[in-house]
Amino acid sequence: MAGKSKAILINEKDNVATAIVALTAGSTVSLDALGRKEKIKLLSSISMGHKFALRPIAKGEDVIKYGECIGQTTAAIARGEHVHVHNVVSHRGRKEGA
Amino acid sequence: MDFMGYRRANGKAGVRNHVLVIPSVVCSQGATEAITRNLKGAAYLANVFGCAQVGADRAQTKRTLVGFGTNPNVFAVLVVGNGCENLPAKEIAEAIVPSGKRVEFIEIQDVGGTKKTIARGRKIVKEMLAEAATQQREAIPLSELILATECGGSDYTSGLASNPALGAASDLVVEARGTVILSETTELIGAEHLLARRARTPEIGKQVLDLIAWWEKEAIATGQDIRGANPAPGNIAGGITTIEEKSLGCIYKGGTTTLEEVVQYAFPPTKKGLVLMDTPGHDVDQITGMMAGGAQLAVFTTGRGTPTGSPIAPVIKISGNAETCRKMKDNIDLDVSQIIKGKETVKEAGKRVLEEVIAVASGKLTKAEKLGQRDFCIFKIGLNF
Repeated sequence: MAGKSKAILINEKDNVATAIVALTAGSTVSLDALGRKEKIKLLSSISMGHKFALRPIAKGEDVIKYGECIGQTTAAIARGEHVHVHNVVSHRGRKEGA
Repeated sequence: MDFMGYRRANGKAGVRNHVLVIPSVVCSQGATEAITRNLKGAAYLANVFGCAQVGADRAQTKRTLVGFGTNPNVFAVLVVGNGCENLPAKEIAEAIVPSGKRVEFIEIQDVGGTKKTIARGRKIVKEMLAEAATQQREAIPLSELILATECGGSDYTSGLASNPALGAASDLVVEARGTVILSETTELIGAEHLLARRARTPEIGKQVLDLIAWWEKEAIATGQDIRGANPAPGNIAGGITTIEEKSLGCIYKGGTTTLEEVVQYAFPPTKKGLVLMDTPGHDVDQITGMMAGGAQLAVFTTGRGTPTGSPIAPVIKISGNAETCRKMKDNIDLDVSQIIKGKETVKEAGKRVLEEVIAVASGKLTKAEKLGQRDFCIFKIGLNF
């Protein structure tokens, strides 16, 4: 699935990739999957299993993984930035503000 | 494709040959534990309910206990009551009788105290164990297997490796005309449209969407934030951000086949193929529901590692997290972490999962069985009065 890459892209529609080893801020990750070849400079350190943005994602935009929406951003996210609970929220199964 | 199982009087096939002691009520749980202590092949249920229950809540407790007694992994049953509970031992025993196995019941108040109940119970269970020992395994087609699927302690590897590998195995079981149960309805939130699309009929698809809507409404009605419960703190530390992300990884377990039926908690599937059982995301609630519904074996995927087992059924643990496989060697049966490294395909891993299912169904013990994990928890839907 990942080959020699340090990150996994699951679906071509995804705007995030998953780190399969711990990655440090400032390092560059090469992604070569699903016909997409790119190098991404990481702005944050990414723990193993955590996600980073493949392209800039505006505030309130959908985060896409597995080709599906997994939540919306609560702040603009830059390419190479950590994408997790600090900047993504789910609106399912809860009342706003709860 | 066959496994070596036990043919029961009612024609069903089991993969284990347990003598089961069921406490009809929490008050007799201690006695059932003592009855089965150090008796190899005897199991009891850690039932904490069975009294002061009404309506659908009482019915669910009864159905679950009866489902365990009826499960073909169980050779014979002793039900132990206290005597004054509103779910009497006799009522449970009578509901198990149609399965054709030996069923007895005793009550602590009638026998005259705990010590006498333990002595009487042990005598009955020893007789049942001697009868059970005469049973022989025989070849049973895979089409008679009801496979329970479950994931717990999920992390990012669950959606990438262990759940897809289990999904590939689920497809092989369905291809062999067997049955696969997908459960944990709350962990379908965000992925329901994908499952509904695979339903055999529009009605079944609508049932899926209605179930999710119900759970979501219930979650909202609490006024609380389910994010503290699902995804769980460990899921979040493991890289899962939202319930949708967890769900999308979760539904891989069910493979790619058509969804044939939706069943309520602890009800047996009436169709072969892929079936959805409505259960909470709570690991032990759901495994209990599926075993009560007649599943003989479970495959349980985990990222962070969990010890869960069942009193009457083998639970095979698989993990795609190499570190967890190493650290929790005691608990994990199968390592599928090579998928993430690109060194094994999902299909190849799925074949290995199926091989393990057949070996375990034929008698190989799982890690959870060796550890004596006998987790049991009924999904409670009403108040005790």
